[in-house]
Amino acid sequence: MSEIADKVKKIVVEHLGVEESKVTPEASFIDDLGADSLDTVELVMAFEEAFNVEIPEDAAEKITTVKDAIDYIEKQKAA
Amino acid sequence: MFRLDGKTALVTGASGGIGSAIAKTLHAQGAKVVLSGTREAVIRELAEELGQGAFYAAANLSEPSEADALIAKAEDVAGAPLDILVNNAGLTRDMLALRMKDEDWNQVLNVDLAAPFRLCRATLKGMLRRRAGRIVNIASVIGTTGNAGQANYAAAKAGMVGMSKSLAQEAGSRGVTVNVVAPGFIVTPMTDVLPDAQKEKLLSSIPLARLGQPEDIASAVLYLASDEARWVTGATLHVNGGMVMA
Repeated sequence: MSEIADKVKKIVVEHLGVEESKVTPEASFIDDLGADSLDTVELVMAFEEAFNVEIPEDAAEKITTVKDAIDYIEKQKAA
Repeated sequence: MFRLDGKTALVTGASGGIGSAIAKTLHAQGAKVVLSGTREAVIRELAEELGQGAFYAAANLSEPSEADALIAKAEDVAGAPLDILVNNAGLTRDMLALRMKDEDWNQVLNVDLAAPFRLCRATLKGMLRRRAGRIVNIASVIGTTGNAGQANYAAAKAGMVGMSKSLAQEAGSRGVTVNVVAPGFIVTPMTDVLPDAQKEKLLSSIPLARLGQPEDIASAVLYLASDEARWVTGATLHVNGGMVMA
């Protein structure tokens, strides 16, 4: 697993207070990890802070799973 | 009841009559209080007067960058995250609408509505994470009734009520409450200058038959800032001697 994926996972575990084993790439923040809409906004802000990237609102809306987040950040970091 | 020991509060506009009374009351109930205002000498003096547990952080809230930075500055001087935010700072630029300049409109909307929003936004970030917090926004009876010559001020204060209700809905699931205190006519340097005839007329419209004291507002703020108000959010508490019963 990449460094980015590790860090994303850690942020999700910390923020949503879920078990690490549940934070699989396919896990949906809302459907599988019990997040509400405010949690997803806070998560995006936490990603922005941790990775020093800006995630515009239209991109943020599409980040619904752990994998979405990892892919988006990896793409930003590669650019 | 209503003790604030261990809590940290920021009060904006703390150099004014109502703001200083709020700061004193919260401090007397055990809170660490950060006083904010544009006049640094005045808030420094007031903080020194209150003594231990009182701090100051000057800010000119008409500058967006200063408003954005104030929360971090306040938490820095107090050495603790904010549990309570009181948005009390405000100003007026009265003029009948026909003669009101854009500048007067913008200045009032900026300081009385946009700045409180910025402070709420910055404070909420931490409060939501900590799953606790109290925001008390000071509006005005004018936001409910309107007032000739105060279209800008009335719009800002009515806007504050709508904003607070929205924030209350956004933050409720995290145990953070957002409420409004809407003062009526309070004895301050601003109302001292009213002509006697106008004061008489004002008094005849107040069932409790006197102007309010800054402490009357401070007590209402204290309630909404306390743990005891834990099931009250999105509310507007009218403190106006009964002049307007909304």
